[in-house]
Amino acid sequence: MAKWPKPAEGSWTEHYPELGTGPISFRDSISPEFYELEREAVFKRAWLNVGRIEEVPRVGSYFTKEIDAARTSVIVVKGKDEQIRAFYNICRHRGNKLVWNDFPNEETKGGCRQFTCKYHGWRYDLKGDLTFVQQEGEFFGLDSSRYGLKPVHCDVWNGFIFINFDPEPQWGLREFLGPMITALDDYPFGMMTERYDFAAQNNSNWKIFADAFQEYYHVPSLHSQQVPSVVRQPNASFECGHFQIDGPHRLVSTAGTRRWKLDPDYMYPVERVTRSGLVGPWRTPETHFSAGLNPGGIEPWGITNFQIFPNLEILIYHGWYLLYRYWPTSHNTHKFEAYNAFHPARTVRERIEHEVASVVLKEFALQDAGMLGGTQAALEYDIVDDYPLSDQEILVRHLHKVSVDWVEEYQAQRAPAGV
Amino acid sequence: MAESRLPSAFAEFEPFAEKWCLATEPERWEMRMHTPMAEIREFYDAFAPRFEEAIDYCDKFGLDDLPEDALNLLHLIYSMVMVSMAVEIFGTQKPADSADAVMNRVGAPVP
Repeated sequence: MAKWPKPAEGSWTEHYPELGTGPISFRDSISPEFYELEREAVFKRAWLNVGRIEEVPRVGSYFTKEIDAARTSVIVVKGKDEQIRAFYNICRHRGNKLVWNDFPNEETKGGCRQFTCKYHGWRYDLKGDLTFVQQEGEFFGLDSSRYGLKPVHCDVWNGFIFINFDPEPQWGLREFLGPMITALDDYPFGMMTERYDFAAQNNSNWKIFADAFQEYYHVPSLHSQQVPSVVRQPNASFECGHFQIDGPHRLVSTAGTRRWKLDPDYMYPVERVTRSGLVGPWRTPETHFSAGLNPGGIEPWGITNFQIFPNLEILIYHGWYLLYRYWPTSHNTHKFEAYNAFHPARTVRERIEHEVASVVLKEFALQDAGMLGGTQAALEYDIVDDYPLSDQEILVRHLHKVSVDWVEEYQAQRAPAGV
Repeated sequence: MAESRLPSAFAEFEPFAEKWCLATEPERWEMRMHTPMAEIREFYDAFAPRFEEAIDYCDKFGLDDLPEDALNLLHLIYSMVMVSMAVEIFGTQKPADSADAVMNRVGAPVP
């Protein structure tokens, strides 16, 4: 029996007819050739979130980001004019990697007045201009104004720093994000600065991992332990209240009863003692509720999970959020970044609440990661390639379709004319 | 007698302090993974009745001026949270079905 009304068409999937309802292919997740195309068509054309403005708090604050899908490294830095800029991490003199600490392939962060190349000591200011050349007189008509750092397009939306590797991005950042995402313009992410950060190397295609976080159909099965065994239903189901698609982006909202209204049997002892757990601290500081947070009008609202194409997920709960990024490193591996973000704890008890939510996040993310290595391996048998998806898995259908669409469009643009 | 680490009101947990007063999540995670379930349960069963009281004790102090013994107690509370996952939820040190997956906590506030 459906608990939540579906659109007039009878299902969420049919509400978006371009998605179709047939079985889908996952060859986009097992093919090295497709991955090579995806790197160009998706990761070198879409806006990619690399961090938050709080990560470059002062003039000269910087961090580097290794982006394997673009086979490049980027420096993100705050200039004297407070503007945040991004540059390819390469010295213009002899091509040395400009900013690194102990090992060139490891990301680093810090603060500086200028960047100095380790190799021959060339210096660049925070705007990327070349400001010092050792023994400049030995060079032949060197025009230092032509040898500044090579910029990467960089823009900020609501505190999230995005970059774009396309020499001429097809859209500005706001246009790319579109109205469904920018409806969160006034959501106060900037107040939630207490972070618990995680990193993992996972043995699956980036989309296969993202899929596990854009449907809740798997929750009663894989994460049965999220409900204590005394109240666990053998055939438990999970139905989401609202799905929405806008361009390449997606969201899903689910209902959620505030924890203190639940029967105590539905919680583990550690949750009752700490008043925190799977869905975070039971009570959080008053947080402005943006219009974009609950576009389906779900009551009681629990969470909305925004999937920003290609590889960013922002999952917003009452007064805190978590963020995932999936950075492909090959057709069947990716680097996973995640963090929980809370209003800074005012008391020891609040800090403990944040710790509990962060411990629980890792427990269940490890279940997903452990299982999806197996999914990837089995998909790579390449024995079947028609996978049926339910209406609850509409966002899985959409992500794979958008990725294939972007690759096909890229190929079409490059096809010889008139053939 | 060894030097006491915990506030005197929680002296009964001194036998657990050396092993479980751990300041960082990676240390607590490793300790959980490498401690037999029977020993994990021993700590859990001993601490559970006073878990809430321990939180209230630490909560009397400001986050940035916890005396050392209360800070040790807070680290013991964090270990209690860590082992609760093994005892209450999974019954094993490792989350069910997590296979060979690894996920590292690379940043967190102090304390």
